[in-house]
Amino acid sequence: MSGFAPQRETTEGTVYDVSGGDWDDVLGNVHDDRIVVNFGPQHPSSHGVLRLVLELDGETITDCRPVVGYLHTGIEKNTEFRTWTQGVTFLTRADYLSSFFNETVYCLAVEQLLGVDAPARAQLIRVLMMEMNRVSSHWTTIGPTGMELGALTVMTNSMRAREKCLDVFELITGLRMNHAYIRPGGVAQDLPDDAPDAIRHWVGEMRSELRDLDTLVRGQPIWVNRLKNVGWLGVDGCIALGITGPLLRAAGLPWDLRKTDPYLGYETFDFEVPTDDRGDSWARFAVRVAEMHESLKIVEQVVDRLEPGPTMIDDAKIAWPAQLSIGPDGLGNSLDHVEQIMATSMESLIHHFKLVTEGFRVPAGQAYTTVEAPRGVLGAHVVSDGGTRPYRVHFREPSFVNIQCLPALVEGGLLSDVIPCIASVDSLMGGCDR
Amino acid sequence: MSEPTDEPTEQAAHEIEKATVFGETPSDLPAPQHGMFGVEGTGDTSGYGGLVRQSWEPPAAQRPYGGYFDELVDALASAYPKFDQAVTKVVVDRDELTLHVAREHVRGLARVLRDDPALRFELLSSVSGVDYLGWEHRLHAVYHFTSMTYRRRVRLETAVDVEDPHVPSVTPVYPTADWQERETYDMYGIIFDGHPALTRILMPDDWDGFPQRKDYPLGGIPVQYKGATIPPPDERRAYQ
Repeated sequence: MSGFAPQRETTEGTVYDVSGGDWDDVLGNVHDDRIVVNFGPQHPSSHGVLRLVLELDGETITDCRPVVGYLHTGIEKNTEFRTWTQGVTFLTRADYLSSFFNETVYCLAVEQLLGVDAPARAQLIRVLMMEMNRVSSHWTTIGPTGMELGALTVMTNSMRAREKCLDVFELITGLRMNHAYIRPGGVAQDLPDDAPDAIRHWVGEMRSELRDLDTLVRGQPIWVNRLKNVGWLGVDGCIALGITGPLLRAAGLPWDLRKTDPYLGYETFDFEVPTDDRGDSWARFAVRVAEMHESLKIVEQVVDRLEPGPTMIDDAKIAWPAQLSIGPDGLGNSLDHVEQIMATSMESLIHHFKLVTEGFRVPAGQAYTTVEAPRGVLGAHVVSDGGTRPYRVHFREPSFVNIQCLPALVEGGLLSDVIPCIASVDSLMGGCDR
Repeated sequence: MSEPTDEPTEQAAHEIEKATVFGETPSDLPAPQHGMFGVEGTGDTSGYGGLVRQSWEPPAAQRPYGGYFDELVDALASAYPKFDQAVTKVVVDRDELTLHVAREHVRGLARVLRDDPALRFELLSSVSGVDYLGWEHRLHAVYHFTSMTYRRRVRLETAVDVEDPHVPSVTPVYPTADWQERETYDMYGIIFDGHPALTRILMPDDWDGFPQRKDYPLGGIPVQYKGATIPPPDERRAYQ
């Protein structure tokens, strides 16, 4: 790509400045019939603030260069200046469509460093939230895919279905997104009394929505022709590029950490790992829809298994001191707890104050935990120096890793096929850029 | 008896504390602790007070390592002839196997991990960096490998110095490392030799410095916003 961007020599080698302001220079260096198209980062079909620099020969893509980083907010750096509990509040915003996975993988790493396990009920609630989150996340994949291909009804239907998921999240966590619900040692608060009924009702609604989606698009010729045989990537390509999740399973390898490296008791649930052997955008769509059905099965099993019990670890040095509950005023304060710390026990007040402001200490060391997020393997590399703040939190984001396959998907194809390729990779830029 | 002084000597104060607080023999005294949570200094948790890190190094593991770790290390030792020079320390901590390796062997080890039939680490799950400020070789590149065949994991860790932050790139072996090494370079300034295009990826191309290094100034950078330049927090409101 020499000559396409201003370059300067630094002690670390040649640095190219690709800032967008060099557009005339880029075009000035293209002497033949090739066209360079800048796609994104602000484009309704780029699935977020993703920028592609596409080189075209006629309508055929000859070169594709993804450019990311437009949504970088320094979440990993920020966690180093917050307590271990507050870290959840940041990380839930990384891949904001699969918040519960971010929270869980981080909490699993912190718990591994602490050498503790969350209570059984908290683990079940985590599984419950993650599987409902997988459904809502896949709706947010399928919906924009439709919109980007011009099928706006797919978008509106999917968003309607997703709203129903968010309603259940709101019932349980109090928030529709960015929940910070899963905490090191358990979850922030227990399920409300009406949650099991609401979840059962929601499962029925989701099955109905999935039926509608099936009726709407499965035999629809435009939908099928835009997706079939577009953006092919085989198992070998996936493995070399580190691609996991629905892309890898759509290529034919049933690699799902819930089966291959179970966590939170996934080995005890009855569900299948959907696969496909076609490896194209259509296969990814089919795998995602099948995964939603499997997630609903898991959700039903969790609700049947829920037994009363603690939802936070019984360790006063780790557990959040307040027993949060929504009072009659709608605020999340436990009046009993307020009375105890303000009127009864000064030790409780000190303990509350220290734990809330300073947090707990985590023994020095490092841990790497993974969960199967909707977009692939989500890993958390967490390092502690023994202090009250993480020393380093690194997220192995499936969005970040998976975008690397875009050139392999689109090069040699047509310009119009770039859109279903981006949509079927389903990289979320909030997670990619963190 | 010496002359009485205004303040007791250190020795005397120590004796008094022992006598009044514990009343036991010195060998039974617990380690000195500051406050209930062990806070030292200002107790500032905002982060602006600077990071003070206790030096901590994981101890080397003794055989047997437990689980599949022995088998894995043996397989690697037989597949990689220079194993003894390459692997400087084996750590088993919290059921995870970490091999601390010399940097010049990173790519060779990665190739063996991928290709050897007894190892078969097909997936390079993650590449990340850690800055252990104050250590002799403070910049660490950390690789997490996953074997899909055997369902095993291993972590490779290599340490380099800020003055000479060169590590061989594993991108020729694992193409997935491309962007992850770029991110590690972007945030820590570790230079992966042999990488096809080691440029910044998350930060702007003209960014100065490596933001996730521990000595990177926090909030110490003027921010440009709509043509105006806002000074960093520690330089604002400086009425002199």
